[in-house]
Amino acid sequence: MRGQEARDQAERKAAMATLAQSSGDDIVRLWNEAGLPSQAELLRGPETGLVTLRGRIGGGGAPFNVGEATVTRATVRLPSGQVGHCYALGRDKQKAKLAAIADALWQDPARRKEVETGLIAPLRAALTTAHEKRRAETAATKVDFFTMVRGED
Amino acid sequence: MYVAVKGGEAAIANAHCLLADRRRGDRSVPALRLDQIVEQLALGVDRVMSEGSLYDRELAALAIAQARGDMIEAIFLVRAYRTTLPRFGYTNPIDTGTMLVERRVSATYKDLPGGQLLGPTFDYTHRLLDPELAAGADVAEPLRRETEAQAMPRVSAILAREGLIEPDGEMPQDHVPGDITREPLEFPMARDIRLQALSRGDEGFLLALGYSTQRGYARNHPFVGEIRIGGVELELDVPELPFAVPLGTVRVTECQMVNQFKGSAKAPPQFTRGYGLVFGQSERKAMAMALCDRALRASELGEDIVAAAQDEEFVISHSDNVQATGFVEHLKLPHYVDFQAELDLVRRMRAEYEARENPAKAEEKKEAAE
Repeated sequence: MRGQEARDQAERKAAMATLAQSSGDDIVRLWNEAGLPSQAELLRGPETGLVTLRGRIGGGGAPFNVGEATVTRATVRLPSGQVGHCYALGRDKQKAKLAAIADALWQDPARRKEVETGLIAPLRAALTTAHEKRRAETAATKVDFFTMVRGED
Repeated sequence: MYVAVKGGEAAIANAHCLLADRRRGDRSVPALRLDQIVEQLALGVDRVMSEGSLYDRELAALAIAQARGDMIEAIFLVRAYRTTLPRFGYTNPIDTGTMLVERRVSATYKDLPGGQLLGPTFDYTHRLLDPELAAGADVAEPLRRETEAQAMPRVSAILAREGLIEPDGEMPQDHVPGDITREPLEFPMARDIRLQALSRGDEGFLLALGYSTQRGYARNHPFVGEIRIGGVELELDVPELPFAVPLGTVRVTECQMVNQFKGSAKAPPQFTRGYGLVFGQSERKAMAMALCDRALRASELGEDIVAAAQDEEFVISHSDNVQATGFVEHLKLPHYVDFQAELDLVRRMRAEYEARENPAKAEEKKEAAE
């Protein structure tokens, strides 16, 4: 059971990561296409604030504060009782609210599959495509060193 | 005597109205949209985020538009906005080793895991103005090369294997990272606080100081161990969730400067390091930051403090361009009363001087006045 709980947490976190990285427009479009319910009670927010971003000295040493970033968060409760959260970079309040509802729906075993296939999977696929494109574009700028042949013979 | 007066309200209102007009410029030219600034003046946006110390592209773009392209004014606007928001917390430290790399070069190793990736760089361009860009020519899609994703360990980790380079900067176990947005600056300061100040410091100021170290003022023989630019994921610990909540991705630039060091009473000969980490694609700034970080470690490494770049109080107290511009620019605001007082004082001193130097003439003047 402990293993299952850890797997659930990892999956929930992965879904939240996907939502946080996706644009509000994409979330709204897929939400409507999948016909997900958006009825929920707002317990907190959506509200915008700051987080202080930390780095590490030398890359892996002691932490230090680099600067702030805007973050918008929301917490919602579904009519069925599940409480969902969202924290995402930026100031998109509608995105934060929908992502919090998605998190709450995700926790409802009867709804999880619907959220995963209708919303999370297509968002994740779009992000992966964008990442792969970026990686391939960067890879094309990789330097291939070769040794000059000396013209002695 | 000067009598305090009120006034200028209408003039100020009209000046701001005029500013709005001049900002907009010729109405037959289409107005700039923020997404155009975000996409096409991206490095300017990055500079405003870095020195404004706030990661938010749209806000930085708005600041640039509102400031008519005056970067320090834009940075000021962003800093002011920051103070209006509540703070949710401190993120977990980012791991630049897992960055989705968009550029990565090393000047110390030719062959290294992951390779040299030039990315979108100005390096090796001929710096010739491009008339085609002026004419609005279409731009080709970038080429792609399909490869397996390769791990890209930081160069510092590779160097560390030989034991000839100092480790990443450590602090005592119980050290809580300082925060210059919460506590006033105090000297001497720990390296973590210095790095926070440098990361938001003025690019031009840090560039000049870094340059001075290369020219011999606190020479420290630098090599770029590595520069990497790319996206890193942010996570925040919050009480309502049993795991760190993922916030999304930010782009940062990291510079690992490696410096030859002949040793001192405090440390053996080895390579020492300077570190730079800034928001966005800001390579020059990250390099300048790393040079300054290294120079400012002089007392830690037992070096003589002989140059401006090594003087912590001098560098950190003057690196913030919002503070600097505030103090310099306040000089143009009305100082009528101050000046009147000084004018009186100088008149009196001059009269005393003349009385001393040339008593006969002073007497004459006095009589004439009477």
